[in-house]
Amino acid sequence: MVKLIAKSPCAGLLPKTIGTVTLTEIDAGRMTLVAPFAGQKKSVSDALKSSIGVGFPAPNRTSGTTPRAVWCGRGQALIIGADCPDLEGAACVDHSDAWAIVQIDGADATALLARLTPIDLRASTFKRGHTARTLIGHMTGGITRLGVQSFEVMVMRSMAATLMHDLTQAAQNIAARADVGD
Amino acid sequence: MRIAGRGFNRSARAVTFTFDGQSYTGRAGDTLAAALLANDVRHVARSFKYHRPRGVLTAGSEEPNALVTVGVGPKQDPNIRATTLEIYDGLAARSQNAWPSLKHDAMAINDLLSPFLSAGFYYKTFMWPKSFWEKLYEPVIRHAAGLGALSGETNQDTYEKAFAHCDVLIIGAGPAGIMAALTAARAGADVILADEGTAFGGRLLCETYDVNGRAGEEWAAQQLARLSDMENVRIMTRTTVTGAYDQGTFAALETVGSRNPHAPKECFWRIVAKRSILCAGALERPIAFPNNDRPGIMLASAVRSYLNRFGVAPGEAVTIFANNDDAHRTALDLIDAGVTVACVIDSRTDAVALGDYRLVAGGQVIATKGRHGLTSITVRDANGTHDIQTDCLAMSGGWNPTVHLTCHMNARPTWSDDILSFVPTDGSIPNMLVAGAARGVFSTLGCLADGIAVAQDTIRELGLTAPQIDTPTAEDSAYRIEPLWQVDGKGRKWLDFQNDVHVKDIALAVQENFRSVEHMKRYTTQGMATDQGKNSNVVALAVLADATGRGIPETGTTTFRPPYVPVAIAAMGAGSQGHGFAPERHTTSHKATLDRGAPMMEAGLWYRPSYFPKPHETTWLEACNREVAMVRNHVGICDVSTLGKIDIAGPDAAAFLDFVYCNTFSTLKENRVRYGLMLREDGHVMDDGTTARLGANHYVMTTTTAAAGQVMKHLDWVSQALRPDLDVRVASVTEQWAQFAVAGPKARDLLNSVLDRPIDDENWPFMSCGSVDIAGVQGRLFRISFSGEHAYEIAVPSRYGASLFRLLTAQAEAMDGGPYGMEALNVLRIEKGFITHGEIHGRVTASDIGFGRMVSQKKDCIGNAMSQRPGLLDPEREQLVGLKPVEITGKLTAGAHLFVDGADAVSENDQGYVTSVCYSPTLGHDLAQAFLKDGPNRHGDHILLVDHLRDVQTLCEVCHPVFFDPTGGLARG
Repeated sequence: MVKLIAKSPCAGLLPKTIGTVTLTEIDAGRMTLVAPFAGQKKSVSDALKSSIGVGFPAPNRTSGTTPRAVWCGRGQALIIGADCPDLEGAACVDHSDAWAIVQIDGADATALLARLTPIDLRASTFKRGHTARTLIGHMTGGITRLGVQSFEVMVMRSMAATLMHDLTQAAQNIAARADVGD
Repeated sequence: MRIAGRGFNRSARAVTFTFDGQSYTGRAGDTLAAALLANDVRHVARSFKYHRPRGVLTAGSEEPNALVTVGVGPKQDPNIRATTLEIYDGLAARSQNAWPSLKHDAMAINDLLSPFLSAGFYYKTFMWPKSFWEKLYEPVIRHAAGLGALSGETNQDTYEKAFAHCDVLIIGAGPAGIMAALTAARAGADVILADEGTAFGGRLLCETYDVNGRAGEEWAAQQLARLSDMENVRIMTRTTVTGAYDQGTFAALETVGSRNPHAPKECFWRIVAKRSILCAGALERPIAFPNNDRPGIMLASAVRSYLNRFGVAPGEAVTIFANNDDAHRTALDLIDAGVTVACVIDSRTDAVALGDYRLVAGGQVIATKGRHGLTSITVRDANGTHDIQTDCLAMSGGWNPTVHLTCHMNARPTWSDDILSFVPTDGSIPNMLVAGAARGVFSTLGCLADGIAVAQDTIRELGLTAPQIDTPTAEDSAYRIEPLWQVDGKGRKWLDFQNDVHVKDIALAVQENFRSVEHMKRYTTQGMATDQGKNSNVVALAVLADATGRGIPETGTTTFRPPYVPVAIAAMGAGSQGHGFAPERHTTSHKATLDRGAPMMEAGLWYRPSYFPKPHETTWLEACNREVAMVRNHVGICDVSTLGKIDIAGPDAAAFLDFVYCNTFSTLKENRVRYGLMLREDGHVMDDGTTARLGANHYVMTTTTAAAGQVMKHLDWVSQALRPDLDVRVASVTEQWAQFAVAGPKARDLLNSVLDRPIDDENWPFMSCGSVDIAGVQGRLFRISFSGEHAYEIAVPSRYGASLFRLLTAQAEAMDGGPYGMEALNVLRIEKGFITHGEIHGRVTASDIGFGRMVSQKKDCIGNAMSQRPGLLDPEREQLVGLKPVEITGKLTAGAHLFVDGADAVSENDQGYVTSVCYSPTLGHDLAQAFLKDGPNRHGDHILLVDHLRDVQTLCEVCHPVFFDPTGGLARG
């Protein structure tokens, strides 16, 4: 009997520590893109709350932790870490394999992302649980703040190698700066 | 000459460097200019046009003369200002624009020819013959005149780009900037304080002023330490803010790693600030007197900078020539350091000496001597003329506020009679205020107080409470100045040292009626060098005003544009070399494909295999022919995950598809697939592909690889803007599924060897689709064909893609099949007459490709109305045909044009063009797809293919585009 072997998007590329920054692949488990149909957002949010305990998030916000819901575009959110319930009022699309997701931790995590994304990452502006669809290098993707020195970055699965390239290059440049000075 | 015990880096370690191969020693913290002057090297450069010997003029980023090249080979970096380049051990700098040596420069002949090389000379002289300009004159002129050169090799340095955000950006960390930062930071605002220098303090680092009873530089260091301790303050040293742009965005260039080869060399910042305060200070300006450009003639402020900051006296017997009080302090500082001050010449008749030195009031310098370095000057006053021996002349024509950034959004500065210079115009940059010397406040106390006051205004604008801050005590002397722009006398009076423009050039421009400031600038190249006329523009305007009999305000000024200092393109494009050029999209079979030695080709951002070579194969064509035969006779596997896959769901999904496709999808049965054609709003074909109906209100659309993004964008646009009434949701699932084509007579056998439940023709007819299980994994199966063969596409969640590809190819190889690449895929589809974006290239209609009847008239769709325009229905339009050579060995080439045999192969006789070609191993000759006028009615005709580029002429037979299995029996069977 043949068996198909599952491979994660960043298999063989992570984890990695460069300078103060650690890059780890996140296995998000089940991911479903939920897009409520016209006038259904409230009912969809209620249904999600009652079945998995998290509501449909506001723009640029996440809700819950495990499972969680991450806003990801106009009228769209990703339900992460739980099977999506049957939702009459929404398009539910399996995205479990669509994203390469990397967690960035460390003192220079913000400085690293500042090399790659134009958005304002100051803790006062981009708080824990805030999320943004934005540019990461030349890629479109999502950035979510997980903690004071912790972010989650997601890009299309096929771009995992480029994400690693960009994150690594930026982290190496920051680490090399620490050696400057006389 | 180094003065013992002077300079802020007086106890720094020694640093060894070379200039033009000669080894020197400087101190850590020195700029190259300071270190060279400490070693009595005065002649450091040749001028741009006349190759005149030049020395250091300034002590800052405005330096026009002392440009050097650093590094060799790929690391060669030209036009580095010696006045800002910090020395480091091993630094090897070279002079530029001189051959064979700086001292004996052959091109100095230009200086003797200067009467013939005045402004406008090129325009008048090199006009004819016309063709000579590009081929002869320009290369020769460029060779003769110029700056440093690039190596021509790929840059190997690392650069960085980064973004920063703040409430208040403070540009410049002199007295005003420091007080502004303290004020804003105490109010709780997020502050970025940026300064181009290596240390903060601005002029406090170069003068002998006290602040709050402490030496200026000590006070500055103390304030910097206070600011550094505050969490809401970000200090950016060595960072020049180079441009002001829309929406509070600023560009800045940070020098990072010239001293550390592993760090990025520079970082190009984009800083977004709610408010900004420009505290950029002021730049001293020269006086236009005869031969004012000799090495040893410097700005007075620069002499003080070298003396006080670096402990370097630029001469042994220094003279000073000025029109203001400020410059007299140069004499006081020099005397204090034990340097001889030969004379102070002040053009003001009422000038008073501030100390014990010889003063010539009402005097002017009318001549200078010393080819490679100043030896003497001639001074004229009421008593006549006399010579003074001097090796350094410190000049000062007054100060110009650094208004540059305020002009970056097209505002012009305002003339101030009080300070005889331009000051920023209020509101020039939205949300920017200007403080200190940058707006003409010149005393130290004035700058400190202005920094506080302007920051308080800024803080209030942000809705915060402005703190009360005490102004430190400091000098508050008045700025006394009288106009002095140029001095009468024999010899050239240089204005723009970098572009070799002198006073007479401006007179000539006026004489030739280039009287507007903009015309004068372009006629003379005044201010057009890399220093952007920072030293020369105001004096040049004054000279122009004088020559045209207007005042300076009426004369106006040209504008300043970003960047404030030169920025390497490498810094702006940081990270975009090599793998950073564009995202690389890899399929799940990428590694297995590379393992098989397949050369990759780019398809958009995707990487796809061209072919899978076998050990004995020496050309791509061999591999391609084998793969085509493999699919036709056995079975082939191809990764088609790169095609766009879009999930479309909702109560109105069917109506939505009917609107975006020109054919109908509401009538498609569930578990069936249909080919669809999509038009742009202008009626031309946008894309094609198959769409499967997975449920009553659920479809999955397939796009081409090339147009996946475009189609996704289009669907979003249609659903949001054109048909918001339709309740439908679209989502890309391209990345979710790994999808493989299984094509060939043995396709079903192969699938049945891997599927958990076998499929048969009855339940899985052509154009059917549905769910299947492979080794327990739920996937999707589509019975569709892009090769004309019995074929399927099987999709599994991407995590299983790599594994499934290995499984399918292994099974295929056991059946005499295997993987095939893009070359074979292309041959298979051309044989079958299928189109790609080679054909639907943006200028063809559905009718042009023979699909006119697909545009359903039973419903409306995007592009339908516009596709009915007469020009798009013209029977004379070029339409899709197949071509085959009349002689079986005839060669067909893509891009060739078609002509009636016997007609001249010129554009007037053009009958059409070839879009795709291949050698068909199935048919044993070349095949082509082409667009030919009235093509469908010319099947059987002969037409001549002419490829002017490859010099090919082949007589072809026009035929139906489908060469292989025209009835489609194989795909259905």
